[in-house]
Amino acid sequence: MSVTKENVAYIAELARLKFTDAEQEKMTSELNMILHYIEKLNEVDTEGVEPLSTIHDQINVLRADVEHTPLSNEEALRNAPDKQDRFFKVPKVIG
Amino acid sequence: MQFHGYQDLRSRLLSGELTCEQVITDYLQRIESSRDDNIFTAVFHDEAMARARELDNKLQRGEEPGKLFGMPIAIKDNISMKGAPLSCASKILAGYESVYDATVIERMLAEDAIFVGRTNMDEFAMGSSNENSAIGPVPNPYDKTRVPGGSSGGSAAAVAGDLAMVALGSDTGGSVRQPAGFCNIVGLKPTYGRISRYGLVAFASSFDQIGLLAANCDDAALVLGVIAGKDEHDATSSHHDVPEYDTTMDHVSIEGLRIGVPRAFFPESLNADVAGVVKAGLKKLEEAGAELVEIDLPESDYAIAAYYILVTAEASSNLARFDGARYGYRSPDSPDLSSMYVNSRTEGFGAEVKRRIMLGTYVLSAGYYDTYYKKAQQVRRVFQDKYREAFEKVDVIFGPTSPFPPFGIGDKMDNPLEMYLADVFTVPASIVGMPAISVPVGFDSLGLPVGVHLICNFFEEGKMLGIARHLQTLCQTVPSN
Repeated sequence: MSVTKENVAYIAELARLKFTDAEQEKMTSELNMILHYIEKLNEVDTEGVEPLSTIHDQINVLRADVEHTPLSNEEALRNAPDKQDRFFKVPKVIG
Repeated sequence: MQFHGYQDLRSRLLSGELTCEQVITDYLQRIESSRDDNIFTAVFHDEAMARARELDNKLQRGEEPGKLFGMPIAIKDNISMKGAPLSCASKILAGYESVYDATVIERMLAEDAIFVGRTNMDEFAMGSSNENSAIGPVPNPYDKTRVPGGSSGGSAAAVAGDLAMVALGSDTGGSVRQPAGFCNIVGLKPTYGRISRYGLVAFASSFDQIGLLAANCDDAALVLGVIAGKDEHDATSSHHDVPEYDTTMDHVSIEGLRIGVPRAFFPESLNADVAGVVKAGLKKLEEAGAELVEIDLPESDYAIAAYYILVTAEASSNLARFDGARYGYRSPDSPDLSSMYVNSRTEGFGAEVKRRIMLGTYVLSAGYYDTYYKKAQQVRRVFQDKYREAFEKVDVIFGPTSPFPPFGIGDKMDNPLEMYLADVFTVPASIVGMPAISVPVGFDSLGLPVGVHLICNFFEEGKMLGIARHLQTLCQTVPSN
């Protein structure tokens, strides 16, 4: 399977990234090189194999549902690029 | 000022021959004089000195010294330490300051460790050479024209240059083991879940593990014993008991040890010089009484293929949080919310990070999930089953850490796939979640370090460290300083 420059433009949109025309060109050929290598996996017989998503034997580790404050409001805002009062401030959504 | 490992330093501190202040002054001076090597992203000069004095006072007051009393430690720049900068060697986190301590930091502080600084790395731990760093590459301590490996390149160079006694790294597919191999030190990746990841910046959550870099196995075992174990802040941390690693290590004997030697780890493409040094190490183990067992494991190429689907998919999701809204870099060109996201990410991330986000977004996109992600997860199970089977016949699996010696700075930067193949022998242990270690065994004909890679069954870190210690002794690679 291979990707086109148009596919790359669409994936970039999904990933919230922007590329120049030349970068898009380069990304297309790099992704195709990697995807071509990945095709090797078709040589592995996985008929009927259950996909592995949990690495160890602990599944659904739960804790008591107790309210607590891991970070104060002030600490949570310490690294904010922009803030107002107790809130993160971002540019307007609708122009 | 040089030490035969931490026990030497400890006994000299406890006897009063030396103070923490003297030791830290010495380490900080060495760090200062190696500044050109770009190993540290931040040095905790004042904090380390203040802490050294505080610990000296503690000892004078007659209080019990912690297990890591006075040990100078470096931390990879992707582990949170309250009040300290954390950048992941990325522009997108420039100026970020951690607001809490990672569990590993908390546990080491409680045992009186001293943190000397944060180390350089590949951006977000994505790379095998430390070249994908927003603050530039790090030279290999054995040949400055070559790379120290990655992504924990700064941590490896710090320990190799004795700028820290032990360094914390993170290992997703080999990021602790491969640089340890390239820098002639010990690099341990524990079993998935052995060490809490609370406070480690996430890259690929079903792979990421905090690991250790040290000059010898005893120091690695000591620190592992302190930081391993259940943590309520990390649901993936294991509830398995943490054994006394030094006792477990002492019980390991090479006599009668069954060493699995898979053909998959000795392909024709393996650099002949590296193969020679690695096989000489194996021969020494055999002469010491080990039994070599041929085992059949799937080709490591398949592990790499599955790995680059799974980790990029997980990374594309984990790195979605870097959007310019709550922390990190925000593009000055952000007239509306959408352009804030796109421009902050586009200007903030480096080339390799973008490549992986793109690949991961693609493999997860509609219509391709079964072809890529599900297939890779199935291959992951095939690998895990085969490795479990192998451990019914052997105690440890033996191979080289890297298919080639440290390569030149810039040599692989134009070919991402070639760079990915640097991890061909370290990725399988990450795919299956088992512990693995790189042990220095000697040098190639150019004088470049060669590492042996050992894999053990789940939670057998103690046994693995015991074997590694024997191997290091047999190959005489325990530093004499």
